[in-house]
Amino acid sequence: MAISVDSGEESRKLCQSQGYTFTFLSDPQAETIRAYGVLHEHAGEGGKDIARPAEFLVDREGTVRWVNLTETILARLRPDQILRAMDGLRTASAP
Amino acid sequence: MDATSRRDWNWLLWVGFATTLLAAFSYVPFFVKFPETRDFPWANLALFAAAGCLLAIGMYRAFARPERYRGKISGVIFSVLSLAVFGLFCFGSFYAARNIPRAEAAPRVGQRAPEFTLTGLDSKPVTLSGLRQANRYVLLIFYRGYW
Repeated sequence: MAISVDSGEESRKLCQSQGYTFTFLSDPQAETIRAYGVLHEHAGEGGKDIARPAEFLVDREGTVRWVNLTETILARLRPDQILRAMDGLRTASAP
Repeated sequence: MDATSRRDWNWLLWVGFATTLLAAFSYVPFFVKFPETRDFPWANLALFAAAGCLLAIGMYRAFARPERYRGKISGVIFSVLSLAVFGLFCFGSFYAARNIPRAEAAPRVGQRAPEFTLTGLDSKPVTLSGLRQANRYVLLIFYRGYW
């Protein structure tokens, strides 16, 4: 799930141009972004509050199992990082 | 014939400055596409280094052999501009890009993920609890967006 302050219209354009098929969710008032402690105040256009890059892996019970908080907006999550993290959880939870 | 007009064009200065511009303006349209050159701008710093070498050799030619090469004035202008562009690039990459909140209040591993209801592209509400029931894991990716 990708979450940002963008409107559904903006996200649809992004999905179309990049071919993304996963779910995009809009948080225009940044309420969920704030609840997750990842608000970046006044960092958007015209001083708008936006999200800082952050990733959380949540299990079926609602517990956070893995977190990635980058230190620079240049370095973003790579697909192999999350796949390795999920492999690690699977191994750990195996009987 | 005037001695000035017979001096050679100091092309290293021009190529050096062009390399500086390439170094500064190639990150977003090109190098950002590859994780290796995106996470740390190695390629751009290498281009800046190459630009610096070209400008240094060009400046040496202009000042050490002024009877043969032109470029005393253009060399100084290009070098100062290149340093300014390099400074701006470093400011953006190593200060502005890192100047983000540390997110100390973010839920940690083992803590509960706050419930939410957000709207998807089809304007239908999506809840975390609904996503959890339908999937073994839910990955939440917060991103800056395009506003």
